[in-house]
Amino acid sequence: MPDTKRPPLIIRGVTKRFTVGDDEIEALSRIDVTIDAGQFVCLIGASGCGKSTLLRIVAGFDEPTSGDVFSQGKQITGPGSDRGMVFQDYALFPWMTVRDNIVFGPRQRKPPKAEIDDIASEYLKMVGLERFADRYPSQLSGGMKQRVAIARVLANNASTLLMDEPFGALDALTREQLQHELFQIWSRTGVTVIFVTHSVEEAVLLADRVLVMSAGPGRIANDIRIELPRPRDVSSPEFNAVRRDVARRLTSHLAPRALETESQPT
Amino acid sequence: MNEHVTALPEATQSAPEAPAVRRRSEWIEKLKSIALGAGFPILLVLLWHFAVAATGTRLIPSPRQVAVMMYDFSFGGIYDDAFSATILTHIWKSMTRVYGGFFLAAAIGIPLGLMIGRLKILRQLLDPTINVLRPIPVTAWLPLSMIFFGLGPNAAIFLVFLGAFYPILLNTTFGVRSVDPRLFEAAAMLGCSGSAMFRQIVFPAALPSIFNGLRIAHGFAWILIVVGEMTGVPTGLGSVIMDGRTLSRTDLVVTGMIVIGAMGFMTDRIIVSISNRVLSWSPQHHA
Repeated sequence: MPDTKRPPLIIRGVTKRFTVGDDEIEALSRIDVTIDAGQFVCLIGASGCGKSTLLRIVAGFDEPTSGDVFSQGKQITGPGSDRGMVFQDYALFPWMTVRDNIVFGPRQRKPPKAEIDDIASEYLKMVGLERFADRYPSQLSGGMKQRVAIARVLANNASTLLMDEPFGALDALTREQLQHELFQIWSRTGVTVIFVTHSVEEAVLLADRVLVMSAGPGRIANDIRIELPRPRDVSSPEFNAVRRDVARRLTSHLAPRALETESQPT
Repeated sequence: MNEHVTALPEATQSAPEAPAVRRRSEWIEKLKSIALGAGFPILLVLLWHFAVAATGTRLIPSPRQVAVMMYDFSFGGIYDDAFSATILTHIWKSMTRVYGGFFLAAAIGIPLGLMIGRLKILRQLLDPTINVLRPIPVTAWLPLSMIFFGLGPNAAIFLVFLGAFYPILLNTTFGVRSVDPRLFEAAAMLGCSGSAMFRQIVFPAALPSIFNGLRIAHGFAWILIVVGEMTGVPTGLGSVIMDGRTLSRTDLVVTGMIVIGAMGFMTDRIIVSISNRVLSWSPQHHA
């Protein structure tokens, strides 16, 4: 839940240019957003609109061409444990068991073993993987891997979860299940979530606030508050009204040519 | 939440089948693979035997002569010469050189490969040199190594080291270069950096490729032992072959060849089983 007492995440005047051969591509043009602590924000937009670039800048993996990002009241200069990324392809350490993946972050600070064990059991329980603690990632299903990835950043005390199409590679049932679990984890822990997705339904289901991005150059075209009461029911008429509204705003930003290519059967 | 978790399919469990039936068919499969694997060399030995008998050559020993030599080399009591019952001494001496060179190559090649894979400046500094030195045959180093290290085991160790070094170095570098960069990003965001990153991420992530390099290098190390022991050492399997050549005793030469082959084969199985154990997390790496 949004909490104005904790410092917000501030993205101020962020631009990003890439040079590809002789061409300079403007991936992001002046992004200004303030995200309250505890807010659940979805970034949505067509491929190539810079959503993932923005997320990577917030994570500290890429540097902005200009502009600043502030997390926990401090300007970010690189990856930090206050911001935890959950990748679409999980990026778990394949040579570590589920337990070792989860406590990887806390272990870097070399705390006593008892503390490690406490953290391990707390977060294994949170994501319901106690029985799988000694498995390797290759022995898990996609949904279970993504649970480990979420537990891994939460166990490291991240105050902001950065999620880059985290459920994009999962089947519909697992996806629904994980959306539900993420919602519960978010309500319980009060983490800030920035969630990149292609799915309007997913955005409306989860978010307090949907940022619609448009491409060429990447910018935030709409900032929509989702006021629907939680838990949300995807089959309700209210939900569908909001979903239609967001979808309309999203498609209105797609250039006609882009639409054409998107609708081509591949 | 837990109910849903338990309802998920478990990827590692195969369909239940009557265990007794499965165990029996596995056993038959294993027997078949052993029979085929051992059958082919038996066929070769037969061919060898008939070829020698048909041509009546005295330059190539028959399998029987080699078997007699092998017995004498192992237990003595037939020829009672300088080679009788000396097999263990020669094996032991050769192993000290093979593994001296091999472990030296691993001790230098792995850390250097990790650093070259990770640090661009080191790559720019060393890559051209390595690629010029690498194609030079180890045999070409023989005269220089005898000048550097004199006549004796150190020159042999150096030559084995040279042959084993490049496969280890290149495979380690390749292993580091092909790690998913997201793993480094994930580790960095979880607070891992500097030497901890090398120890906890770079090294284990490159381990499958490192083991490939070790296995190739280990094969080279046994190959090079003959060259290495041309440097004038009195004992070792390579020197036995060289002596056999000087004395025109081809039965001794072939005996030495077979012992090297058998040692290489057995030690390779050990490396494979170590790598399967260490890499049990990686489903695609079972050799």
